[in-house]
Amino acid sequence: MSGPNDPAEVAAPELLDAAGREAEKAFAEAADLAELAAVRAAHLGDRSPVLLARRAIGGLPAEVRSAAGRRVNEALATIQAWYEARHAELTRLRDSVALRAEAVDVTLPWDRRPVGARHPLTTVMERMTDVFVAMGYDVAEGPEVETEWHNFDALNFKRDHPARSMMDTFFLEPESAGLVLRTHTSPVQVRAMLERGAPPIYVVCPGKVFRTDELDATHTPVFHQIEGLVVDEGITMAHLKGTLDHLAEVMFGAGLRARWRPSYFPFTEPSAEFDVECFACRGGSVGNPDRPCRTCRSEGWIEWGGCGMVNPRVLTACGIDAERYSGFAFGMGVERAVQFRHGVDDMRDLVEGDVRFTLPFGSEV
Amino acid sequence: MRVPMSWLRELVALPASLTAREVAAGLVRLGLEVERVEEIGAGLTGPLVVGQVAGFEELAGQKKPIRWCQVDVGEERPRGIICGATNFATGDRVVVALPGAVLPGGFAITARRTYGYVSDGMICSARELGLGDDHTGILVLGECADPGADALAELELPDAVLDIAVTPDRGYCLSMRGIAREVAHSLDLPFADPVERLAVERLAVERLAVERTAAAGADPVLPPGWPVRIDDPIGCDRFTAWTLAGLDPSATTPVWMRRRLLLSGMRPISLTVDVTNYVMLELGQPMHAFDRASLTGEIVVRRAVSGEMIKTLDGVTRALDGDDLLVSDVAGPIALAGTMGGASTEIGPFTTDIVLEAAHWSPPTVMRMVRRHKLPSEAARRFERDVDSEVALPALRRAAALLAELGGATDAGLTVVGSPYPRPHIALAAGQPGRLAGRVIPPAAVMRRLTEVGCQVEGEYIFTVVPPSWRPDLADPADLVEEVLRLEGYDAIEAALPAAPAGRGLTARQRAGRAVGRALAAAGYVEVINYPFVAEQRYDDLGLPADDPRRTAMRLANPLSDQQPLLRTTLLPGLLEALARNVGRGNRDLALFETGLVFRPGPEFVPAPRVGVGGRPDPAELAALDRALPAQPRRVAVVLCGQREPTGWWGPGRPAGWADAVQAARTVAGASRVPVSVRADPHAPWHPGRSAAIFVAAGTDAERLVGHAGELHPGVIAAFDLPPRTCAMELDLELLGVGDVPVAPTVSAFPPALLDVAVVVDDAVPAGEVEAALRAGAGELLESVRLFDRYADPDRLGPGRMSLAYALRFRAVDRTLTVQEASQAAQSAVAEAARRTGAVQRA
Repeated sequence: MSGPNDPAEVAAPELLDAAGREAEKAFAEAADLAELAAVRAAHLGDRSPVLLARRAIGGLPAEVRSAAGRRVNEALATIQAWYEARHAELTRLRDSVALRAEAVDVTLPWDRRPVGARHPLTTVMERMTDVFVAMGYDVAEGPEVETEWHNFDALNFKRDHPARSMMDTFFLEPESAGLVLRTHTSPVQVRAMLERGAPPIYVVCPGKVFRTDELDATHTPVFHQIEGLVVDEGITMAHLKGTLDHLAEVMFGAGLRARWRPSYFPFTEPSAEFDVECFACRGGSVGNPDRPCRTCRSEGWIEWGGCGMVNPRVLTACGIDAERYSGFAFGMGVERAVQFRHGVDDMRDLVEGDVRFTLPFGSEV
Repeated sequence: MRVPMSWLRELVALPASLTAREVAAGLVRLGLEVERVEEIGAGLTGPLVVGQVAGFEELAGQKKPIRWCQVDVGEERPRGIICGATNFATGDRVVVALPGAVLPGGFAITARRTYGYVSDGMICSARELGLGDDHTGILVLGECADPGADALAELELPDAVLDIAVTPDRGYCLSMRGIAREVAHSLDLPFADPVERLAVERLAVERLAVERTAAAGADPVLPPGWPVRIDDPIGCDRFTAWTLAGLDPSATTPVWMRRRLLLSGMRPISLTVDVTNYVMLELGQPMHAFDRASLTGEIVVRRAVSGEMIKTLDGVTRALDGDDLLVSDVAGPIALAGTMGGASTEIGPFTTDIVLEAAHWSPPTVMRMVRRHKLPSEAARRFERDVDSEVALPALRRAAALLAELGGATDAGLTVVGSPYPRPHIALAAGQPGRLAGRVIPPAAVMRRLTEVGCQVEGEYIFTVVPPSWRPDLADPADLVEEVLRLEGYDAIEAALPAAPAGRGLTARQRAGRAVGRALAAAGYVEVINYPFVAEQRYDDLGLPADDPRRTAMRLANPLSDQQPLLRTTLLPGLLEALARNVGRGNRDLALFETGLVFRPGPEFVPAPRVGVGGRPDPAELAALDRALPAQPRRVAVVLCGQREPTGWWGPGRPAGWADAVQAARTVAGASRVPVSVRADPHAPWHPGRSAAIFVAAGTDAERLVGHAGELHPGVIAAFDLPPRTCAMELDLELLGVGDVPVAPTVSAFPPALLDVAVVVDDAVPAGEVEAALRAGAGELLESVRLFDRYADPDRLGPGRMSLAYALRFRAVDRTLTVQEASQAAQSAVAEAARRTGAVQRA
């Protein structure tokens, strides 16, 4: 009979094979990690056949020790690998069950955080402003309660001239104060010239303006304008045209034609009103009752603003040498731009502050 | 200005094929705003014939007068037609629509039974024919073609009317003469000025008068008219008057003239009035006819004497101002110059002798009178814009000739006083128009364009230009440049971009303004833009104390609504009204914000000085102008109500509360990079126990108050009809300012030491002070401090006591802290809290 210390018995291949088979079977039969842990000691614990065999190797004669050691280590590694593979398998199994159980309905709403929005007038005004800032203009600002001198006199609106009453002005009490709610952003031109002094002057002035129109679908007594002013040497009407073409292209897309109609503003000479080709129908609705256009009321053109070369009298009133410098100025309604761009039919929606109107605009991009 | 195409064709030789829309497009290119093209008689089809009333019978027993008329329409027998008008007599010629005709608006005429007769057609009014608004009776033709003739030809139908909005600089376009000139320019057609024709023509009425004076043995010249004297040459530089006698008071205005008046938007009244209106429309010169029999002595043009009165044609007796310019006679004022005639010399139904006035009045004078007496009129509209200074006499001759021809006036006398002011001589560099257009315009083209509009041009490199008498708007070289460029066409101008200097982008304040808006939108607030108009009552509704500076508001002289005459001194009334409006429309959980200016006048009224425009005002003048303005700081405000976080499947929501409003202030301050501190401060319109003042540390100075936040006072909520517990915040963005560029912190890679401390304080002690004390005491090892629990428990803490639990986080930049270091720092934090607030650490 061979005993534990029998060198032939220790680490006999059959013995190791048998231990391996048993371990493999036991691991495979373990149904979950707990059962696997329970059978681990019998096959990989200190009292397991393979580890007992390894402990006995030290007593073997030198000539067989190394071969026996190799066999034992191989057997141990194999059992260890079986164990780890089964452990990984059972872990995966356990996790997949648990994760399945933790599944949620991802379509549930999560509107716990209230959302807000900026007013489209604000964001469109910023967008237009940025076009000019990108061209190197400064943004100028001025007061909304303005002196008649800044709002009218310096802009060549003569006292007792119909041009002055054309503006439907709000006057402040007492009338001897000489104060008005500014009727246009043009007094900011005057302030920009007085503050900056020497040209070159390239400014854009966005802001609120006031006229005594009752609120209805197309009018509001408080509205917004963007004013531009350039005073420099050699400024021509071609520069004005190029600048406005650029703005129209940025706001409404490339390839739109612009149309200028001569007009009258006391502070520009020559003066023009400018129209942009309707970006919605591009003129296709004109004389075409089958294709009416809501945006331009089938006129093909959208009136956008007024412009012209700064009247030398205005330059003079602001202390700028009108012989040496020339300039252009333009102004356009922001409400109109919002109406075209976003299809707003009724001015009242821009005024009343109903959150249902404003929320879809979000913070704009 | 309404321009009938048929009239226009008389003044310009338009190609027959040219449509009204094509004419309109040409005018638009030249700068006349054609608002509408009205097709007159569109859809009108015959048979429409001239009829003569052969007789009629008034039907008895009707609610309104009804006539059963026999009308000769050129057929064998007259037709029987029912008519509801009474402004005609037997023998009158009228327009008859026969069965089968269709009137404008698709109104088909048939023979139909009415009032017991078969009405075999219809006698038409001007309105039914589309000739204007006059529906006071049927259209009586007067002298015209015989019965049965085509009435469409007689009435020049169809026709079209251009409705043109004339800008204030182009007074001459308030006449057919001026419009015709522009039409000729726009189509490159020759233009024969009717005034030039009048200047060379000797009128029949003049020949008659000359012959009569010669026969009486006097010089064979036109006899002098009514005596006139101008005492105020500033207000009037030219006064012409024509005396006419022997007018037939029964003479009527011919249909061609009535038709033109109607299409131009004027109502025919009587021959004399119609002729003056007609000539005003034709030549742009308003006129006035005085009843010669009612005049007493010399006509004098002078300013009114304070206390004088006049009864004007509209029946109103008016007290006159020393600035009013008058036409007067020995008996007193007989007209407000260029504005309205007086009742005492009004022509009546039996007037045979008249004095016709045509004068040149100073525009500002007329404008002030119109404003003062609230008397806008067609005449004043023209004088305000200035009338051709040379057209008075030709217009007067034209009117006299028409009255002689149509009304049988036989006698004549002419008075001409005053001489029109000389016209300016403007020096224009020949290259200037091209220079401003950015393209070459040869001097010859410049000269041609200026000559076209009526200027006299002389010179070679520098032109000397004298504008025509009808263009007082041409005063500067720039005005001439505009004429050249608009006639050359704005389309000819190229597009180019100017080279702007390198820009700096937005200022810090402008960037911060945008950041504030974005931060509030991200925090769930919706932006609104309210009107700045406020009702006085709103300052009571806000519960402001009597001496609150927010009650000192600017007042509009002409508010849109008498209910809202004030300008806002705070953003809250507008925002609260917007909130209530939303609530009224069923939006319940709301958070709104607005940024905008408020208007805060100073304690003293400082009128703006009168400053000239001949050059840059001096610094003192500019400062004085700005001193007249109120302070206009930019503010931001929020209002919120309902649920701040909604109830959902996750559980209950959270109502909006005072803390949200205070947090909104912190959000704004954060977006502006400005650290703020918060303290309790009872302040209207907030709930006195739930109102926070927001402060900015102002360097070495004291703190600066920048606004308030919290829950609104229940009384304010009731007055504005808001949901309970509505909250609000308002900050002054100017006072808040923009913080410095942030300096990056040193981020330590060593582990933190976390220590919780709980202290008990008197519940009147603000948590903010405890936290400030902890921070101050903890020293520089403190990384953060956060209040994580707060409760009162009278049994365990004692009455009036509050437990505050803070998580302190310590960290050093250069080492791992020892437990001892961290707890020492925590102890000194607690010690400072104890010293400042009486806090006692809980075990």
